[in-house]
Amino acid sequence: MRILPSGSRGLLLELDSLEEVLARYAALQEADLPVLDLVPAGRTILVVADRGTELAPLAARLRQVEPAEHAGVGGEPVEIPVRYDGEDLSDAAHLLGCTPEELVRRHAEEEWTVAFCGFAPGFGYLTGSRFDWDVPRRSSPRTKVPARSLGLAGEFTGVYPRESPGGWQLVGHAEVDVFDPDRDPPALLVPGSPVRFVEAR
Amino acid sequence: MTALTVVEPGPLTTVQDFGRPGQAALGIGRSGACDRGAHRLANALVGNHPTLATLEVTFGGLEVTTDTDVMVATSGARCSGRFPHLSPFLLPAGETLALGMPAAGLRTYVAFRGGIDVDPVLGSRATDVLAGLGPKVPQAGDVLPVGTTDRPLPNVDVAPVPEPTGERMVLPVRPGPRRDWFDDEAWALLLSQTYTVDPESNRVGVRLVGEPLSRTREGELSSEGMLRGAIQVPPSGLPVLFLADHPVTGGYPVIGYVEDEDVDRCAQLRPGQEVAFSASRSAAVTGVVTGVVTGVVTDT
Repeated sequence: MRILPSGSRGLLLELDSLEEVLARYAALQEADLPVLDLVPAGRTILVVADRGTELAPLAARLRQVEPAEHAGVGGEPVEIPVRYDGEDLSDAAHLLGCTPEELVRRHAEEEWTVAFCGFAPGFGYLTGSRFDWDVPRRSSPRTKVPARSLGLAGEFTGVYPRESPGGWQLVGHAEVDVFDPDRDPPALLVPGSPVRFVEAR
Repeated sequence: MTALTVVEPGPLTTVQDFGRPGQAALGIGRSGACDRGAHRLANALVGNHPTLATLEVTFGGLEVTTDTDVMVATSGARCSGRFPHLSPFLLPAGETLALGMPAAGLRTYVAFRGGIDVDPVLGSRATDVLAGLGPKVPQAGDVLPVGTTDRPLPNVDVAPVPEPTGERMVLPVRPGPRRDWFDDEAWALLLSQTYTVDPESNRVGVRLVGEPLSRTREGELSSEGMLRGAIQVPPSGLPVLFLADHPVTGGYPVIGYVEDEDVDRCAQLRPGQEVAFSASRSAAVTGVVTGVVTGVVTDT
């Protein structure tokens, strides 16, 4: 683990893998640290110190936190009803070397975990554990991806919380809003949450 | 309850407070007033708790009227007009408060006693222009509710604080997490040249025009968490200095950070103004750990 400076209030933990990010993030959440925010990402966790906290002692404490053995919050998976009717379904299947039916079966059987959020409020980057989901992004991003679109990119799957530009391969759409500021909780997908996609009938 | 009618919003007026801290893991940025100190001061001048919402007026132009007498104060960029600045005053019912253009600085905070009382979203009344969260940007004809407060009015004539100037602004900067994606020459260039503020700047960030910085490391950075004050260098080599509505994570390397206490000043930079960076002294004094500060590898 490298600890990199991020301004007068932040420290950036740089880790070797996404698995390590999840394990460290789980442990840091449990540790009683003087922090305002922990922001997990693909290979890093940004630690934002509470106002008035000295960074050097905080860095020392961060080093003492052992990564959790079981990353993630555990519990029952969040179920997201989806329809696999995306425009890029056959392209994505082709890129994965399987049929569209096979892609749908694998996606719905997969045990997904929210690795981190970003890009937009409530946009979760979900990783699977059973299959190798390595899907190139579209060569030319769409200027408008509709809200609720279910996409694949790299090792991730995700649902667009609102209409935005995007380069992910669209394989379907969710039947629920993954983010609604007027709902409690506003975000369905929280880092560490297990998730299952259920084909809507 | 007092109703505030927006006659003219000017180029951009938004409702702001201290934003939504602590929700970045959900992809929700902090947002809030770009110049937090000025927002706090405007509130203090009318006896408001610092967390109440003010109007953040960009480049003047706001015109409002109220249906009751209300105490008002402005801070930040001093707009021309027939009202005092940095000093509480009474806006009588039916009269129009008209903010002209500021001669220097960019953002003016207008506090109304009781605060702008629109419905909070996720714990804040701030409008996040990047994420599209919070109250809608006020348009001509919109009516905004003003709340009430029992706190006493402060006994002040005028707040003695420095005002934004149009002069070249020098900002202390410390090395950022990706300082090592650039060589010493690029770092020296960042600290030696004078940049100009691009008109495309907004609440997300101040875009700087100057001689491009070139990277020594190629390849893609996995997106990572960032804070306000980050100086991100996109492929163009022209830095973007992040303000309140910056993205929670970004995929371009952050070469340095402006000291947190100086980011408020950055919110007052206006298009065409000159900016330079100096090496922060506090980084050397309060530095995290030797080696970390310079971006050198430190292992567990």
